[in-house]
Amino acid sequence: MINIIWLLLVVVGIVVGVINGNIEQVTEAAINSANTGVELSLGMIGIMALWLGIMKIAEESGLIQLLARGLKPITVKLFPEVPPDHPAMGAMILNIAANILGLGNAATPLGLKAMDELQKLNDQKDTATNAMCTFLAINTSSVTLIPSGTMAILVAVGATAGQVTGIIGPSIIATTASTVVAIVTSKLLQNVGPFKIKTDKVKNID
Amino acid sequence: MFLDILNGISKYAVPFVLLSIPVYGHFKKVKVYEAFTDGAKEGFTTAVRIIPYLVAMLVGIGIFRASGAMDILTKILSPVTNLLGIPGEVLPMAFMRPLSGGGAQGILSDLLTTYGPDSMIGHIASVMMGSTETTFYVVAVYFGAIAIKNTRHAIPAGLLADLAGFITAVFVCKVFFW
Repeated sequence: MINIIWLLLVVVGIVVGVINGNIEQVTEAAINSANTGVELSLGMIGIMALWLGIMKIAEESGLIQLLARGLKPITVKLFPEVPPDHPAMGAMILNIAANILGLGNAATPLGLKAMDELQKLNDQKDTATNAMCTFLAINTSSVTLIPSGTMAILVAVGATAGQVTGIIGPSIIATTASTVVAIVTSKLLQNVGPFKIKTDKVKNID
Repeated sequence: MFLDILNGISKYAVPFVLLSIPVYGHFKKVKVYEAFTDGAKEGFTTAVRIIPYLVAMLVGIGIFRASGAMDILTKILSPVTNLLGIPGEVLPMAFMRPLSGGGAQGILSDLLTTYGPDSMIGHIASVMMGSTETTFYVVAVYFGAIAIKNTRHAIPAGLLADLAGFITAVFVCKVFFW
């Protein structure tokens, strides 16, 4: 899937760029984007270290396990393959909580920690598990209460306070719809032909 | 009022967490400083591990964006979306949002300055921006960090969720801002 999408982005981009006479901008974009990728990743080191450090204290003190136990009735339904007391549950809960509160900076390190923990439960290390796909779908659908980034843009273009806060209600409704669809589709698709986990251990020739 | 509470929560959430977790840890006899540094060590390796995946994804998206292929896509699909009552002006937003957060921000600013924050187009674009995430970025970074190659249904599920968010954004705005 990701191979085809990536190939399409590059091939369509370059072909259309040639036709449109934009090829110089395309070249420039390729080089700049590569730099941006490195800058973004390295720029994350500090915040990543901060949240992974805090996370470690929470883990050793038993706080994560406590949280995981408290939310067990919901989490076992969302992620039936993950043992309810596994650290992956705690990390996923914290990631979703950070997203709800609009703390994007904290959400990524916590989300990556959750993926690390989920990977420990994975038999086929190069293939996503059902729990990973559901968790990712929830993340990409965004579950935020306050769309602070969008509100900042509205302020920047000179919207009134009422106009800025006016988008909160509709955004919550729209994001709830997308999250519900994310969960339902990830559950429905996980057993559909091409997305099913191949249980045989024979290496899959792609 | 409701907003003040939400803003208050946002403002105090980080300091609250930074205070309560170490204090709780201390009472549970955790060596908090050592535990913190032990966890923080992983920060560097995690950040470095995602570089190739982020570079690959951003380069692909960067090439696509710079070529002007987005305009062609919009033109092809606008008859369909017109039928559904979705203004064609917000289509580039719908395509850009899952690909690039920065790109979507640019489109949103552009739409807001052209049509005004109080226009239907402005409302719809703002809600679209606020209600979904940059799906491809999340997929690249999260799966990249643990070297997952077969992403199975994660991308289709994420994109279908985005689509649901966009359609809801259009209809909710039509109800709210009539």
